Amino acid sequence: MAKIKGLACKECGREYPVEPIHVCEFCFGPLEVIYDYEEIKKSISREKIEKGPKSLWRYIDLLPVENPTVGLSAGFTPLIKAENLGKELGLKNLYIKDDSVNHPTLSFKDRVVAVALSKAKEFGFDTAACASTGNLANSVSALAASSGMKCYVFIPANLETNKIIGSLVFDPVVVAVDGNYDDVNRLSSEIANEFGWAFVNINVRPYYSEGSKTLAFEVAEQLGWKSPDAVVAPLASGSLYTKIWKGFNELKEVGLIENNPPRMYGAQALGCSPIYQAFKEGRDWIKPVKPDTIAKSIAIGNPADGPYAVKVAKESNGDMEVASNEEIIEGIKLLAKTEGIFTETAGGTTIAVLKKFAEKGVFNPDEIVVAYITGNGYKTMEVLEGHLKSPIHIKPSLQEFKEKVIGQTVKG
Amino acid sequence: MAVTVRIPTALRRITQGQGEVQIEASTIGELIEKLEQEFPGIKERLLDENGEIRKFVNFFVNDEDIRFLQGKDTKLKEGDVVSIIPAIAGGK
Repeated sequence: MAKIKGLACKECGREYPVEPIHVCEFCFGPLEVIYDYEEIKKSISREKIEKGPKSLWRYIDLLPVENPTVGLSAGFTPLIKAENLGKELGLKNLYIKDDSVNHPTLSFKDRVVAVALSKAKEFGFDTAACASTGNLANSVSALAASSGMKCYVFIPANLETNKIIGSLVFDPVVVAVDGNYDDVNRLSSEIANEFGWAFVNINVRPYYSEGSKTLAFEVAEQLGWKSPDAVVAPLASGSLYTKIWKGFNELKEVGLIENNPPRMYGAQALGCSPIYQAFKEGRDWIKPVKPDTIAKSIAIGNPADGPYAVKVAKESNGDMEVASNEEIIEGIKLLAKTEGIFTETAGGTTIAVLKKFAEKGVFNPDEIVVAYITGNGYKTMEVLEGHLKSPIHIKPSLQEFKEKVIGQTVKG
Repeated sequence: MAVTVRIPTALRRITQGQGEVQIEASTIGELIEKLEQEFPGIKERLLDENGEIRKFVNFFVNDEDIRFLQGKDTKLKEGDVVSIIPAIAGGK
């Protein structure tokens, strides 16, 4: 099916063929996949999707892949009605889209990598690579291993230990670069010029980023084929946020949902908030920053899709907010103790910002609000050191148990 | 003052395939003019209609983004390495 027309520059509109390229040769704007929605409309239906595989590939008609071969179990994660957290925040219809249990590496990155590497295989690449703050490296390493590709991952040297181990176990070449994510990204852009590798977030980025749309598709289907009223999502490069918006808009375009796409609320860490700052100052350009936050997975000081994220916030009547390190930790703990979900710092940022917006009253109590949890807390446990209660230490004696445990924890 | 300029793939058609060129220039602004003399057409790829560096073009001098230095007025010295890099990369 000719579902794809080609690539086009988001800035100047110049068109390009479907190739492993990501930048407009003329103005350096980002290239994006352009679909033939009229053609797609003819064959897509709710019934067809519902009969499809229990993975993101059920939405293949709206993805830039013909033959999925990598990440066949990625996506289709739970959408949880968050009754307890909702009660705490005064929201009757709060949902958590829980990508902390994505397959195989427990973050939303499994979606984008499944799409990127399936496309890379179609292009004939035998080597996968990426620049990463950790989650992406984990996912590329795992999916390259399972699909028999060689793999190079580039990470900032100061990453959380567990995220490094979480890549090394799959036996890729891990390159730890002295510098922050923006330095790693810049180096990777230069390397991508020289080697014929599929850099998932560089030369195959137009395909990779489309994978995030499935976060919108799944939520719409799980809500009974409708868009929520509002969405809260983390902002790092701005790609996920803009693609969730694109996903809901596409569903409307092809007739799978009838109501309007949601208001888009974005969450950044206070110590790295270039998109939030641009939005608040009414700029359509990004002033880069040097990140200083515990939320390393979203610490991108020079966010590629920042200008588009600002545009989406405006177009959708949304807003953006920031969370401090303390608020991020409190956000992680709040989600854990109310909903039993352990997320990482990006999720803590999202919950902290959800709480701020709820307290400000931007949501009507009956509205359907979806918070996107994109990563798993078990990967970055060290950030919680010193922020949790200690175990109650006792000898194996009933007497001690009664005094120290029952005496201290049972009231009354 | 000769500096080394690293050219991204997207501009190599203009530089006849060269990924690295040597240019005499004392600021980034001058460097762009000198590049234009040697490789006609490259300037309009780097600057927008107002003469500002395009939103999606990043310049680095010895690994530092010129937006953290003095932008187009950033001074260059003998042996500096200037990288021209598309802003579009990475993602979450």
